[in-house]
Amino acid sequence: MSILVNESTRLLVQGITGNEGSFHAQRCIEYGTKVVAGVTPGKGGSKQLGVPVFNTVEKAMAETGANASLLFVPPAFAADGILEAIDAGMPLVVCITEGIPVLDTVKVHRYLRGKSTRLVGPNCSGVISPGKCKAGIMVGEIHLPGNVGIVSRSGTLTYEVVSQLTSLGIGQSTCVGIGGDALPGSTFIDILELFEADRDTKAVVLIGEIGGTMEQEAAEFISHKMTKRVVAFIAGSTAPPGKRMGHAGAIITGSAGKASEKIKALSQARAIIARHPAEIGLTTRKALENL
Amino acid sequence: MKVHEYQAKALLAQYGIPVPRGRVAFSPSEARDIAVEIGSKPVVKAQVYAGGRGKAGGIKTVNSPAEAETAASQLIGTRLVTHQTGPEGVPVSKVLVEEASDVTRELYLSILVDGTSRLPLMIASEAGGMEIEEVAQSTPERIFRRDIDPAIGFQLFQGRKLAYGMNLNGGQISEATRLMTNLYKLFIDKDCSLAEINPLVVTSEGKLLALDAKLSFDDNALYRQKDIQELQDKEQEEPLEVEARDWGIDNYVKMDGNIGCMVNGAGLAMAVNDLIQHCDGRAANFLDIGTLNNTARVVNSFKMFVADPRIKAVLVNIFGGMARVDVIARGIVEAYQQMNIPFPVVIRLAGTNLEEGQRILAESGISFIQAKDFYDSAYKVVEAAKGVTK
Repeated sequence: MSILVNESTRLLVQGITGNEGSFHAQRCIEYGTKVVAGVTPGKGGSKQLGVPVFNTVEKAMAETGANASLLFVPPAFAADGILEAIDAGMPLVVCITEGIPVLDTVKVHRYLRGKSTRLVGPNCSGVISPGKCKAGIMVGEIHLPGNVGIVSRSGTLTYEVVSQLTSLGIGQSTCVGIGGDALPGSTFIDILELFEADRDTKAVVLIGEIGGTMEQEAAEFISHKMTKRVVAFIAGSTAPPGKRMGHAGAIITGSAGKASEKIKALSQARAIIARHPAEIGLTTRKALENL
Repeated sequence: MKVHEYQAKALLAQYGIPVPRGRVAFSPSEARDIAVEIGSKPVVKAQVYAGGRGKAGGIKTVNSPAEAETAASQLIGTRLVTHQTGPEGVPVSKVLVEEASDVTRELYLSILVDGTSRLPLMIASEAGGMEIEEVAQSTPERIFRRDIDPAIGFQLFQGRKLAYGMNLNGGQISEATRLMTNLYKLFIDKDCSLAEINPLVVTSEGKLLALDAKLSFDDNALYRQKDIQELQDKEQEEPLEVEARDWGIDNYVKMDGNIGCMVNGAGLAMAVNDLIQHCDGRAANFLDIGTLNNTARVVNSFKMFVADPRIKAVLVNIFGGMARVDVIARGIVEAYQQMNIPFPVVIRLAGTNLEEGQRILAESGISFIQAKDFYDSAYKVVEAAKGVTK
């Protein structure tokens, strides 16, 4: 097992005819993902990478049985693309697009209420269940199938952690990039809940960063609801307050946003804290040995 | 993106929110003219992006136009140091001259997007004039919050609840509710990330007035807020960060160390800085190079490092995903060809097109320190910055 995506995932790519959409759809196909459809309004009826392109998500789902969408639509239109997928009843939407206005994301969250869609992202690297399905922009080859789940606000830092784990022979069940925006579709808690219920996940690595209070909320969940071991690292111990560190959500605005506060909350929840980012793999190995 | 108080107040006024009479002055004589226009006792306020101006001497209440002129001359052309700025302070090139208000109560009102509910949140308190975070810690019962459903917008009953929470009464309730409705409209129309009136005062006539105001805007939405984007005052920002943007490097933050860093991805870039500190060094900057289609941004980053006298060594740490390692490598080689690199450079590459990237570096014959992994890269650059030769 794994979470969110697996062998039966039938992927739709929204924005498949754009540069990035096309490049990464190709990479997903090469990894073995079943990419069954693309959507670009106005290009319905054509083919891209041998995949049929549709004008609407609804039509694409009806014709191909797509059950997950990977979205590369430009920022000004991305929220509309997500809303379309929610409206069509798409079970999973993974939004890669960076730079969506916050108030557009607010609308998306409001529309998601009571709907069956799960949103991952925006501004994320996507989801991969190694050996089964890659729905994202991460480098497929560095992954190894296994039993450690990863959930992270960062893309490239996750690649770094995955490569540390893989080089130690520690495989991953699923790696989820929840994204660097202030209002992610899925929070740490949402994903931890799925990992806790997943039989193939033995331990979870959580990679947080400065800004917001999502890590504190995760700590609360870990201490009350999780039986599985969690290893955590928080990026941005050296970040100055009030500065946006690349990610829209990575800005210390109050004391809760500091790395030290997040580390404190997570260690109180008995998560194992990696002291520095080059040590996350080794810390995970120790945690697995002590199970 | 931030704006000045005078610009924020102009926007509030546009949305029907009462603000003190006054205007911005760029010179002492202009300050005097405005004081004459106002006709009553003036206040002269330094216009800077940083908070904490009052305690730092940036706000002067005076008695006459002549005194307003003197106060303005003491502020304009200086640098103001507040608890929110570094010791070097921020430049003051303009002042807001407005009429002094007769204040009986100081309240607090703001709107932001709440990370937990993921909705706009209005916060009101009768404890205005101080940092709201302090109020939240010491007397949380004096803070009132209302989530706003974007589908139906701000509702009058919410305004009444907040207004009663601030212990307003009589005609002030409907006045406050109207003010809140207008502030929400401004917040949505202009893609604000924060709209804060602190203090919102009750004057001796019992009227509400926005005595100070802070607006900041969602950077992601600036493409559809051209009028807001034009308000940006580059002079108030860190010069190196402005320069970086001019070079096409959007995600650059100045830090206080001596190791220049070039990394792809924000999380990894923060982690690199953390790891450098763990190895007993200090980064001179945060730099997320982003996704590249060409080498220009790499070359420009090196131009910035070379021009920055603080830099003693540079670390390039790239884990190729969207960004391709070969493009970065080509950029580094171009930088070496275009300029004299006066400091040691430690390079660590991994990910997409790694072999090609390594081949480009090896064949170029440039001199650099190769790192074998993440930890090694930080360790080696800290040693290099200390002048330890390998």
